[in-house]
Amino acid sequence: MKKLIVSGLIGFVVVIAISCGGGNTSSDKSAPAASENTTNGNPSYDPHRGEGKFTKVDVGATVDQSMADNGNKIYSVKCQGCHKLTDEKLVGPGWKGVTTRHSAEWIMNFITNTDEMITKDPKAQAMLELCLVRMPNQNLSDDDARALYEFQRKNDGAK
Amino acid sequence: MKKIKISFLGLIAVGLLMSTNSCKPKNAGDTVSSDAAGKVYVAPGHYDEFYNFVSGGFSGQMSVYGLPSGRLLKVVPIFSVNPENGYGYSEETKPMLNTSHGFIPWDDQHHLELSQTNGETDGRWIFANANNTPRVARVNLATFHTDEIIELPNSAGNHSSPFITENTEYVVAGTRFSVPPDDQNGDVPINTYKENFKGTISFISVDKTSGGMDIAFQLQCPAVDFDLSHSGKGPSSGWFFFSCYNTEKANTLLEVNASKRDKDFIMAVNWKKAEEYFKAGKGRKQSVKYAHNVYNEKTQTATSEIKTEVTVLDSKELKDICYFIPCPKSPHGCDVDPTGEYIVGSGKLAALIPVFSFEKIQKAIAAKDYIGDYDGIPVIKYESALYGEVKKPGLGPLHTEFDGRGNAITTMFVSSEVVKWNIKDLTIIDRQPTYYSPGHLCIPGGDTKKPNGKYLIVYNKITKDRYLPTGPELAQAAQLFDISGDKMKLLLDFPTIGEPHYAQAIEASVIKDRSVKFFKIEGNNNPYVSKGEATTKVVREGNKVHVYMTAIRSHLTPDNIEGIKMGDEVYFHITNIEQDWDVPHGFAIKGAGNAELLVMPGETCTLKWMPDRVGIFPFYCTDFCSALHQEMQGYLRVSAASSNVPISFSTGTNIPKSDSTGNK
Repeated sequence: MKKLIVSGLIGFVVVIAISCGGGNTSSDKSAPAASENTTNGNPSYDPHRGEGKFTKVDVGATVDQSMADNGNKIYSVKCQGCHKLTDEKLVGPGWKGVTTRHSAEWIMNFITNTDEMITKDPKAQAMLELCLVRMPNQNLSDDDARALYEFQRKNDGAK
Repeated sequence: MKKIKISFLGLIAVGLLMSTNSCKPKNAGDTVSSDAAGKVYVAPGHYDEFYNFVSGGFSGQMSVYGLPSGRLLKVVPIFSVNPENGYGYSEETKPMLNTSHGFIPWDDQHHLELSQTNGETDGRWIFANANNTPRVARVNLATFHTDEIIELPNSAGNHSSPFITENTEYVVAGTRFSVPPDDQNGDVPINTYKENFKGTISFISVDKTSGGMDIAFQLQCPAVDFDLSHSGKGPSSGWFFFSCYNTEKANTLLEVNASKRDKDFIMAVNWKKAEEYFKAGKGRKQSVKYAHNVYNEKTQTATSEIKTEVTVLDSKELKDICYFIPCPKSPHGCDVDPTGEYIVGSGKLAALIPVFSFEKIQKAIAAKDYIGDYDGIPVIKYESALYGEVKKPGLGPLHTEFDGRGNAITTMFVSSEVVKWNIKDLTIIDRQPTYYSPGHLCIPGGDTKKPNGKYLIVYNKITKDRYLPTGPELAQAAQLFDISGDKMKLLLDFPTIGEPHYAQAIEASVIKDRSVKFFKIEGNNNPYVSKGEATTKVVREGNKVHVYMTAIRSHLTPDNIEGIKMGDEVYFHITNIEQDWDVPHGFAIKGAGNAELLVMPGETCTLKWMPDRVGIFPFYCTDFCSALHQEMQGYLRVSAASSNVPISFSTGTNIPKSDSTGNK
């Protein structure tokens, strides 16, 4: 009986120690997700750029047609299941006007760093509340993401 | 009154029983030290330190546990169909279970062996034997998928398998049952065993890069029962050791008739020499029939080829390949220590454990120190091969593994214990009870050059009072010991699937980072893939209808299908177009007589379905994938054979338009 109590106590202490450690880190991580932080001007998160590897995307004056064509192909395999090219919502929002709602950096970060963006970005979270399906990370390469953006520009009427 | 008395007595009897029973757990509890819980506790969200691959025995599958927690991580289907994910039911995987006997949905999976490089486990593949319809399988440890199965001709009861050489050059497969060779008339009286039956050992070569298997050659051997085996290593590189029983060559009541001789054999095989003979064309081409099944990762489809020839080397005619070493009383385990110098034979009916010396065996062979021959194969004098004997180790020694610190640990089936002994001085260091009747045991790398002597896992045949009763059939179980100190300490019991035989364990770090997370859709070369919803379609070819369908959170495309008729064979080719980790989709349709499919991201799987009546058949995703998973469903309309309803398919819009679908 004594043994049981002792081992029980040890187990309890272990649980506490571990749960404290885990709890702290996770709350640290989730802190920037709260929407007031972004309005507070939390320097760790830029809602214009989003979170991810793209800090500055060079966008040409005119549409790079071959890049846009490539983007169209990627769209049909990996995106079309959920996104229409009109403004109609399917699983996710329609793409009409997406390049006017978000910066190139934001879109490309969202495509390639989906989970973190959904956790941190107020606009992405608002969209999740509407769609109720977390956008899957479709594992696009950097070039794929760029081509897709070019296709979205073309879809939004850029010449 | 009488009745009451009797029942009262009954109660007392029950009480007595309970009190004797209650002693057992108490004793068992005493063997567990107070810090055991902390040692096996892996906190939520944390990984285990080792993978433990455990044979499933009569389940035919392999289970994967995390250690030290004993948490079940996965069951990998190998030799048995698995309706849970469609293995053996999907059109892509059906060929994996093809044999020369046709499609075989079950087998008895006993032993596992991790691939090795330089005598150490490398975590690339794990090999598995099928005992009943003799086969060897290779499981890819990047995908945890069975990638290849090869059948063995001239064989029955593939028990001493799938043990491998130091650099995975060969996987061996020895027959437990000797049988007449496949190219001879097998319609012979069973009591002509001694004349007509042969034992066979197959050497399956393994391609260094792809892992592809091929039967390089077979050794025809005397008609004994080959039981277990292990490769030599270091100085004994190039040699393989097999335990043999039934050297009496009995064909009935083996329990008695195969237990008569005081000593059976360990057979030492110089496989380098055999390989030389094979390359020099000394083998005989024999006409046989066996299946070789390969899963192609690019097309995600298995193919089965029936092969018709094998090269057989005669161990009697070709000298210097095989030697028999007498080994007391029906040896079972045949284990080689990490240095490669000591070979431990475990005579399951013997009251001692003989340890043979490779150096002494070589000297005996050089000096022709033989006591005669057995079916033309030299028999080395016992004392000339023996390093020494472990005296009174316990009852029923079965299997031995090594801790890398100069010690061996042997399971004792009859006396239900594990016994640790020193290889050099052959003294017993420690013995601990197991619950109950241990068969195999496993130390990570415990049969390689480099064991990790932190844990020992013992696989018990009987659990009796260890778990909550579940009717007559009880769970078999593993027990985890801490073997880092002199004394072995019992830490944990955990139940296993099927019956655990041999197992392997490896540091998680060797495998976990190479684990495939999803299949790239661009690399999917399945002929029935749909790369995006735009390519989905329904195509009729005679009475075959191919449905090219995609799955993504949370809809199937197409999800309304019409124009299917009675007598059609419908093939649902489901492509999961997700490209993220841990997002499989399932597919099931009402009345399916086979199974469901679980389709991994980027994969295409095919389910064949035959309508049995006219009407509407719902289909849906079976793997909870998102908040709208319950919406991931569709309908298929089956019409009479004479109907002229055209093929149509759609998602999101009504085709044909709603007003035209009513009854006319």
